Amino acid sequence: MRALETENGSTTIPRSTPSHDVHDEENVMSGSPRHRFGLPRLLVLFLVFGVGIGPSTLTLSAQDETQWFVQAEFDDQMRQRGVAAEGPADQPWVQMIEPEMVDTAQYATEASGWHVCFSNAGVNNPWRAVGYTTMQAEVELHPEIARFTHVDAEGNDNKQISDIQDLLNQDCDALIVSPNTTAALTPIVEQACGQLPVIVFDRGVSTECPTSFIHPIGGYVFGAIGAEFLVEEVAEGGNILALRILPGVDVLETRWAAADQIFSTNNMNVVGVEFSEGDRARVKSIVTDYIERFGQIDGIWMDAGQDAVAAIEAFEDLGLEVPPIVGEDQQDFLQKWSEDGLTAIAPSWPTYQWRTPVIAATMILSGQPVPSEWILPQPAITADNLESYLQTNMPPQHYALCGCESMPEYPQRWGGE
Amino acid sequence: MTADATGPTIRPGIDLTESTGTRILRILRPSAPVFIVLIGLLVWITIENPNFTDPNVFLIFLRRAAPLMILAAGQLFVIVSGEFDLSMGALITLVVILSGSWIDGDPSRTWPVILALLAIGVVVGLANGLITTRLRVPSFITTLGTMLILSGFALWWSGGTPKGSLPDNFRMWGRTGLEDVPVIGQLPYSVIVMVIVAIVTAWLLHATSFGKQVFASGGNPRAAFFSGVDVPRVRVLAFVISALSAVIAGILLGGFSGVSPDAGAGYEFRAISAVILGGAILGGGRGAIIPAMAGALTLEALFTLLNLLGLPNPIRDVFQGVIIIAAIGIAAFRQRTSR
Repeated sequence: MRALETENGSTTIPRSTPSHDVHDEENVMSGSPRHRFGLPRLLVLFLVFGVGIGPSTLTLSAQDETQWFVQAEFDDQMRQRGVAAEGPADQPWVQMIEPEMVDTAQYATEASGWHVCFSNAGVNNPWRAVGYTTMQAEVELHPEIARFTHVDAEGNDNKQISDIQDLLNQDCDALIVSPNTTAALTPIVEQACGQLPVIVFDRGVSTECPTSFIHPIGGYVFGAIGAEFLVEEVAEGGNILALRILPGVDVLETRWAAADQIFSTNNMNVVGVEFSEGDRARVKSIVTDYIERFGQIDGIWMDAGQDAVAAIEAFEDLGLEVPPIVGEDQQDFLQKWSEDGLTAIAPSWPTYQWRTPVIAATMILSGQPVPSEWILPQPAITADNLESYLQTNMPPQHYALCGCESMPEYPQRWGGE
Repeated sequence: MTADATGPTIRPGIDLTESTGTRILRILRPSAPVFIVLIGLLVWITIENPNFTDPNVFLIFLRRAAPLMILAAGQLFVIVSGEFDLSMGALITLVVILSGSWIDGDPSRTWPVILALLAIGVVVGLANGLITTRLRVPSFITTLGTMLILSGFALWWSGGTPKGSLPDNFRMWGRTGLEDVPVIGQLPYSVIVMVIVAIVTAWLLHATSFGKQVFASGGNPRAAFFSGVDVPRVRVLAFVISALSAVIAGILLGGFSGVSPDAGAGYEFRAISAVILGGAILGGGRGAIIPAMAGALTLEALFTLLNLLGLPNPIRDVFQGVIIIAAIGIAAFRQRTSR
């Protein structure tokens, strides 16, 4: 089983361009048209369109939800939560859960002047920015890596495919890939596997060929931690609002699939599942709308906590008490939680996983065995350990689980003081 | 309304003999449909959510709509003068990101930074205007370029993760309001700012000679030129007004929800949609402030309604696309059949 995970997907919102041309000068010169817009007709259009498109779209999303839930994978991840990870507890980025080691002696090369290449899906959200900074710092810890080539695919599958093709012609000794999407990147990753050791992390690919696939336990665990917390904190039948970032991204779907499962088996009343597209203003508006519409929201579940503070502010601005809420390990959320004494939990998709591929590359190039599937521990921040993750010197969008505190140039390199 | 489109004069709207009352009526009449649609949507929202008539709830709605209404007012100047401004959304994002990193939680920096941001707005507006009028690059291309430059710069500046935080004296403009106002409770500052912008821009466009020159520049630039209007100068000023409106909207949006890398995404198209809904014509020469702002309110009301009806988010984009195409299509159809 290979869980295919990602963080936040690419949060770039597609912008449409208007389909009309600019009126050219001649047109403008030809005199001024006098006419009105038939807006009543537009209203009719809205009605026809609204009624026509509503039900079909709703059915579609209902189908998607069941499609993303696989009981066996869910059970597997829930079990792995309880498995003790092997390795030093103070360095979770080198810990392994149930590793099956593979021999890498064939890749052993002289420990001088390794060229490690990295094809990155993008650095287009705070999670990836923190992770990539951490990865660069990790590279500098290994003098035997003489060259580190990074190519940023800017959230574009096609660019990442040609990036990898280019890297295959650059005498890399090992290739690290953080795939933009699963299916599109699979063929090129398979091609790369034939030429050099490949390490895939974060999101996955649909092939077993990479030497090592590195990821935290999985999206089901992320979703379940928050949902279980709300089931415990909110009375049965309470109004739960689920806020999601984007549809169709595998890990975000598995997060919601697990939460949905848990809410329905525990009779929680999920009043809405809304996509925010990572827009704070939109999160705030959605939450405000739901409070107005249902009078009371008893719990907020989120599939990624980057906008959790915006959801909290919606309650504050209405003068209401903030209900139990699920966030993530970002500093702004943790600080709000601590200052206001909120009832909250922060599952994580730890950014320390960006250190592991570099370590795996050095292990492979020195012929040491690595796990074929390197499953990292995936801790959650709770009221009990909150204070130990608070870092008031770090930027609001910094992730507490970066595993970077003991690295050189911390905290300045991550924007801290 | 005075029908002189066949004559060599500039546009209806220059007739100085009519009374203020008739003039206001004349300005509003062509855009009456937007008010009918708006009222219809508001009634529908009230049916779905009876709380909506509560003054406080309505003001929260108005607070949310205020940035788009301000943008629509600014965009209208550019559209009436015969151009486009696609750079608004990117400018909003830049404003939000720069305010976060420049103020960095220090309340004493709020006002200097707001002034600096307004100055940046002036520079962006001047650049858009001068490139369009002096270099004769179509504004569609100019502002598309500015949009890419500004959003690229914002992304580079933030490095993917916006830095800094905004103190309460910055955030209050988008987030809080005057407390203990009789009947309504809290009067949001952004609503006050929006009303001030409405008054100032309506005065500027409909009651000053500059406003008349804006209409003239868009309606019939050659005639405007022969009557002594400095068309390039008027258009440059229109771009500056548009950019300033984007800065003000950016300050309100940053205040509303905090530093975010996507703060302005899509706002340029929402503003243009709002202006078209308000009866303005792409290509210039016609439009009015209050209907354009009503168009913005209509869009927000539509989004609120779609949300209340439980329709998924991407449908918003579909509706917006339908609105733009339908409004322009119907306008073109009327234009053909009226001749």
